[in-house]
Amino acid sequence: MSASPVPPTPPPGPRSARPNVAVTLDGEEVLAFPGETVLALARRLGVPIPTLCQLDGVSVYGGCRLCVVEVEGEHRLPLACATEVSADMEVRSTSAELRDHRRRIVALLFAEGSHVCAACVASGACELQDLATETGVDHVPYELTFPSHEVDASHPFFVLDRDRCVLCTRCVRVCDEIEGAHVWDIAQRGSDARLIAGMDQPWGEVASCTSCGKCVAACPTGALYHQGTASGERRPDPGLIAFLADARAGVWEPRDNGAVSQPRDAAGPHEQGTTP
Amino acid sequence: MHDIHTIDPVSRIEGHAKITLHLDDDGAVADARFHVTEFRGFEEFCRGRPLAEMPGLTARTCGICPVSHLLASAKATDAILAVSIPPAARLQRQLANLGQIVQSHVLSFFHLSAPDLLLGMDAEPATRNVFGLMAAEPELVRSGIRLRQFGQEVIASVAGEKIHGKGIVPGGVAQPFTSEAREPLRAKLDESLGAATETLSLLQEIEERLSREVATFGRFPSLYLAHSAPDGTWEHIDGHLKVIDSEGATVVDQLDPAEYRTVLGEAAAKDSYLKVPYWKPLVTDGDPRTGMYRVGPLARINIADRFGTPIADAGLDALRDRVGRIASSSFHYHHARVLEVIAGIERIAAILDDPVLLDPHVRAQAGINRRRGVGASEAPRGTLFHDYEVDEHGLITAVNLIIATGQNELAMNRTILEIAREFVDGPTLTDGVLNRIEAGIRAYDPCLSCSTHALGQMPMVLQLVAPDGEVVCERQRS
Repeated sequence: MSASPVPPTPPPGPRSARPNVAVTLDGEEVLAFPGETVLALARRLGVPIPTLCQLDGVSVYGGCRLCVVEVEGEHRLPLACATEVSADMEVRSTSAELRDHRRRIVALLFAEGSHVCAACVASGACELQDLATETGVDHVPYELTFPSHEVDASHPFFVLDRDRCVLCTRCVRVCDEIEGAHVWDIAQRGSDARLIAGMDQPWGEVASCTSCGKCVAACPTGALYHQGTASGERRPDPGLIAFLADARAGVWEPRDNGAVSQPRDAAGPHEQGTTP
Repeated sequence: MHDIHTIDPVSRIEGHAKITLHLDDDGAVADARFHVTEFRGFEEFCRGRPLAEMPGLTARTCGICPVSHLLASAKATDAILAVSIPPAARLQRQLANLGQIVQSHVLSFFHLSAPDLLLGMDAEPATRNVFGLMAAEPELVRSGIRLRQFGQEVIASVAGEKIHGKGIVPGGVAQPFTSEAREPLRAKLDESLGAATETLSLLQEIEERLSREVATFGRFPSLYLAHSAPDGTWEHIDGHLKVIDSEGATVVDQLDPAEYRTVLGEAAAKDSYLKVPYWKPLVTDGDPRTGMYRVGPLARINIADRFGTPIADAGLDALRDRVGRIASSSFHYHHARVLEVIAGIERIAAILDDPVLLDPHVRAQAGINRRRGVGASEAPRGTLFHDYEVDEHGLITAVNLIIATGQNELAMNRTILEIAREFVDGPTLTDGVLNRIEAGIRAYDPCLSCSTHALGQMPMVLQLVAPDGEVVCERQRS
């Protein structure tokens, strides 16, 4: 996220170690840190692997399956975000099969929600929209399910639109692991799975919510946003979460505001409620 | 001869429609009906959406006049927030609506109607279109295209995009206006005004040549409804409504658009997706036809005492010298449109000179303070109403949209009837009849995708229908 020139580049892997694990990534021999994930390695080397549920600063979930990679000798497609490197591992981050796989996943996400970019608050700054562009989803080859979820606008500062929720659980993890409030959970299973607040209450009635707004900053789509946000106005701030996690760990780096923060005008009437 | 003539689909209008002409036992045209055959359904699927999304959502009603819906919707949301928008936001919204009026009117005139007017109603259909016109009058078409571009650039300066911009939001607009956006627009004012005034001269020649069409294209008395400034000056977004009768006498003035339900009724038709609004005080026996009123450019120039800008006012005076204070032929919708393009450009120039335009305070913030709000504005095709109700959290519980085209439905039926009576001769439909009926509809520049919330290909079917309902003759554009 940060574009500030911080010399030398701090290793995203275990901080004390040196890269000494020989790995082949897309045909090139590279050195990884012990315990580094394939995703962290790829990012460190500038190799793009698409992700959705992964969020720097919170635990690994491995729910979206977009970061699947091919590993020589492995029958299944492991997740880059949840697979640690091992010596002599041969990883392929892209192939026709992987591209096809990722495109299907994104198309299925569109099929099971009601994602109408034209009127969505997140249009133009939406990770799902970006993934569709990246993976070439220009139409959805599956039957659209048109789920009918009601919008929860009961919170004084924020809105939850479950039609746009991709069940990535970023909000669940941020609220639990960083804020410590654990307002969010996933109820039910499979196609009935849905994000719930508290004991499946209207969000505005959940006493444990501190109105900190971290869930809103972390949401990759237009499912969580500030009250009063008009179409195309939502500006998420996922980098905030990594910053807070580092700050809590005592690694305090001033934050370069290359990350987009919610413009005051677009934040709705109660933005002062946001206290990260 | 018991005939029903059907024209289906009707071409060069925005949306899908058909027309039926009903004959009596003697073979004379007894009735004419304009049927809108597409359905959009915005009133239904907007329910449950958050209020702040409504301008962006309803703007998708139409690719021609998204700004009109943005504005009427934003005004309805302002009413629910109970805010008064900052002066700079008011100017920006005016600018967007004027840009919208310019580009839409130019589209209607040059791209849709000019082929009939310049190449002739009886010209070969294969070339009687904007491409045929380009071949015959390349400079004219070029100036029309550039004029439309100017209108779109004005829109983009406020809304962020030429089509489907999002810059108009509850409480004002999204971004302050900049001098960088202003200068390129200023640079195009002279050329645009020149093109518009030349179009007016051209139209005057056309009207002399087509005097029979001018006389029969919907020349009948009706009420007119539009926004009007308190002093009678032409108005397009702010202020209140005025209604006049066919003689120009005031029926009601400075009516708050939020009170529209006290005077306007809405009837559903069996054979069209278009809702039919009517003037309630005139309807006593339940037949909405007695409550016919017209909206749009013709209504606005009949209601306005003046435009308030010199070149447009000179044009309005010249028209009144020729046809009287009230222009009652629907053919004059074309004239009204060109006058409004001139007035629009003159007003755009004035707004660009106003230093308030650059004020950075452009948005009023508030929560849900009222449970119902009505927003109205003058869309290019006429008065547009957005009426929303919300729950305590600001989620939409009811939507009513009254679209300009719907309000002209009764007048369009009447216009077709008059043209059919004048030009239908015998049981078969000639090309001349087909062309004139289509052109009669086109004078209203109807936008059906806007008006039916409601499915659409736009071409026209014309049917001759016998008294027993049998379709005896049908003509269709291929």
